[in-house]
Amino acid sequence: MAIEISRREFVVGATAGLTFAFALDLGRVARAAAQSAGLSPNVWVTINPDDTITIVSAAVEMGQGSMTGMPVVVAEELDADWSKVKVIPPPGNPAYGNPGFGGAQITAGSRTTRSFFTPLRLAGAQARRVLLDAVAAEWNVPVSELSTEPSVIVHQRSGRRISYGDVAKFAKVPAELPKMTPADLKKPAQFRLIGKSLPRVELPDKVVGRAKFGIDAEVPDMIYGAVLRPPIPGSGIDALDDSAARAVPGVIDVIRLPWGVGVVGTGFEAVHKGKAALKVTWKKGARAEGYDTDQLIGEYAAIAATLSKPGLELHKEGDFAQAWATAARTFSAVYVSDHCYHATMEPVNALARVSADGTSCELWAPTQSPGINQLAVAGVLKTTPDKVTVNVMLLGGGFGRKVEQDFVLDAVLLSKATSKPVKVVWSREDDVRNDKMRPLAAQFLQAGIDADGNLSAWRHRIVGASALARLLPPVYERLKGKDEILIEGHEIAYSCRNQLHEYLREDRGYDVGPWRAVGAGYNKFAIESFIDEMAAAQRVDPVAFRLRLLAHDARARRVVEEAARMADWGRKRPGRALGIAFSDAWSNVASVAEVSVDRKSGRIYVHNVWAAVDPGIVISPDNVAAQIEGATIFGVSHALQERITISQGVVQQSNFHDYQILRLADAPDVRVKVISTDNDPTGIGEAGLPPAAPAVANAVAALTGARVRQLPMLPERVLAALRA
Amino acid sequence: MVFILNGRQMDVSAQPDETLLWVLREKLRLTGTKYGCGMAMCGSCTVHLDGQAVRSCVTRMQHVEGKRVTTIEGLSPDGTHPVQKAWLTEQVLQCGYCQSGQIMQAAALLAKTPKPTRAQIVQAMNGNLCRCGTYGRIVRAIERAARGEV
Ligand code: FES
Ligand code: FES
Repeated sequence: MAIEISRREFVVGATAGLTFAFALDLGRVARAAAQSAGLSPNVWVTINPDDTITIVSAAVEMGQGSMTGMPVVVAEELDADWSKVKVIPPPGNPAYGNPGFGGAQITAGSRTTRSFFTPLRLAGAQARRVLLDAVAAEWNVPVSELSTEPSVIVHQRSGRRISYGDVAKFAKVPAELPKMTPADLKKPAQFRLIGKSLPRVELPDKVVGRAKFGIDAEVPDMIYGAVLRPPIPGSGIDALDDSAARAVPGVIDVIRLPWGVGVVGTGFEAVHKGKAALKVTWKKGARAEGYDTDQLIGEYAAIAATLSKPGLELHKEGDFAQAWATAARTFSAVYVSDHCYHATMEPVNALARVSADGTSCELWAPTQSPGINQLAVAGVLKTTPDKVTVNVMLLGGGFGRKVEQDFVLDAVLLSKATSKPVKVVWSREDDVRNDKMRPLAAQFLQAGIDADGNLSAWRHRIVGASALARLLPPVYERLKGKDEILIEGHEIAYSCRNQLHEYLREDRGYDVGPWRAVGAGYNKFAIESFIDEMAAAQRVDPVAFRLRLLAHDARARRVVEEAARMADWGRKRPGRALGIAFSDAWSNVASVAEVSVDRKSGRIYVHNVWAAVDPGIVISPDNVAAQIEGATIFGVSHALQERITISQGVVQQSNFHDYQILRLADAPDVRVKVISTDNDPTGIGEAGLPPAAPAVANAVAALTGARVRQLPMLPERVLAALRA
Repeated sequence: MVFILNGRQMDVSAQPDETLLWVLREKLRLTGTKYGCGMAMCGSCTVHLDGQAVRSCVTRMQHVEGKRVTTIEGLSPDGTHPVQKAWLTEQVLQCGYCQSGQIMQAAALLAKTPKPTRAQIVQAMNGNLCRCGTYGRIVRAIERAARGEV
């Protein structure tokens, strides 16, 4: 995602007819609430007299490792002794806003490291300078004669040394903080922590069950809540019979909400039993009533291929029409992909305690958007965001689901109605049926090759609903409809002078949202499958073809070459074949998949994946590898089996028996090569996903000749392609 | 209802048809055991019942009475069970939500089969979902624990 949000155009859209609009004053910078006796040169760092150093994580932790990686960056420039660093999660506060989201406090879109790397280095360097200045004044020596070792300031000439903690005992934060510039920062060769694969800070608590996820939050007098939503989103309540629900032991009350019916009670099981006992007749006529995914796939594909229907221009370069008309050889193909569900292992949940007068609220939630939570909660309580305290808990997976506000507002409204702290935990069934799915999408691709075998014409038309129009309507409008969530990854690194990229928005009444790698998941599937189809038609090796089209881009070429080398690309394997795909979404990644296919059942087996990634400067090589491993498994899972179907407006899946995510027995072995380069760091939480599906599709085609142009590549779709 | 929890006798007031998972989490405040699906499809809620790995989300309290229950909090006194150590050495965990269940499942496997083959590992662990995709490291960590290199 590359959303720019200016400071006064925040609107948080909710589905059930509610929209909350606010002005977000990002100019107001508050000091970190959690700071205590120590010295706090800025909002990120507190140096305590006992020599410990508290660093606020710039991002929430959902498994991506940022709660270690971001403090490492601060500690590096502060020259802190890492063993003395304590990390705390970010409180909901505009001071911790993400520059990559215009200052909004959101952890998403793989833009934590990219956006915070330099600001956090400057903050660490600034804190170090405050310490140095204080010691220079105290010892009456020029600051230039002082240097630092981990958490110690040294005056070489006199041999004097003082620990950071001892400095904190006398030092004051100056009225005017020293201004730091990139010239004040370390050279990569001087890094002590960056590049070292330090163990993740919160894992020791996680292996003993002590770590607190959102679902583990608890306060005195807390009760539990569950919310029944209509099977067809947007349907109002026609009639409600709650007598059976109220008779369930442990149920305390039944409360109508703008978007459904809430049940509160003494425990998870009681409130979910109560919810199941509600008898609701829902009003007819919701927009989503006719939503049918089987039909939509065909419709979207037809729209994509109907060239007389103009799309919104996303990118134009040269003259596509001319190049297409004069190409020596032309290609066209349609690719489609179904809706997918997030399936965070921790279902969404939140605990809210609304004050007796209803004007303030404390929230505990596994949230990717503490800043937006403040705005949304302030909106429903008709108060101001500073009256909303957000305690960010660990997230049991996020993947874009936990940027939403629906689960948070459930807890807030039930707490307000009952005057008690209420913890709402969605059942897995609630979570599946009320997801903000990855968009269902269709792509039409056209390409021309000139007489010399160069790519001379490229056209990409994307059809799908808009996530951005729902989440941030003013941003959507300012971008003039370029939904950067949906179109993500449409750009190509391949050299081509004549390009036309278009987006055709279809809104059929069902919410879609960001997902791991969102648009890049299906866009790179289409692009990379298509590139392979072109290579095959010309009888050119797919690796060689890509290298040729990437002649101008050494970093991209390097990952392609490396992945091919790791996989031993040229080696034949009986009954199996390799496929490659490349993605420049977030970071340059190339993946090679080794597959076999059961031609009777149509089932694909993915045995191995080799991936090479160049994320620029690497904070933790092991964490980058872990993220690419995980995103590859995620990518293979959605490539093979993940699909939400909706029939007459109703989601057909409900739990892990009918929405199957990849299990160990079906998971490939994934080997990752992390190529560290002296470039600005780029995102790695999502980058491994986009090449996974097309690498599998390309391997299947190489093995069988069958080209599957639809995600997921279900056995029946493979069989159909084998027969084609 | 009386049973042994992490080595200590417990007396908890619970209905026979309540599930062990929610009794642990809400009544006994041991939140290390996680809810993922409530239908024995994901393994997040795995605990040991008389030494066997079971899904606490479908284990009714009537079947717990008088038995020994071990949760992630009680697997070792100080987090030094070989599986826990191997998990840290391999930096297996990402979000970590599935991992209490993975660790309990792996510990039960190694208790019964100290030197499992790869196929035995896959078979034993296949019921435990991990959305973050840590499967490769899970296998490596179990192999490490089995080799005693922790
Ligand atoms: S919660 Fe028990 S197996 Fe999923
Ligand atoms: S580590 Fe996140 S679900 Fe397994």
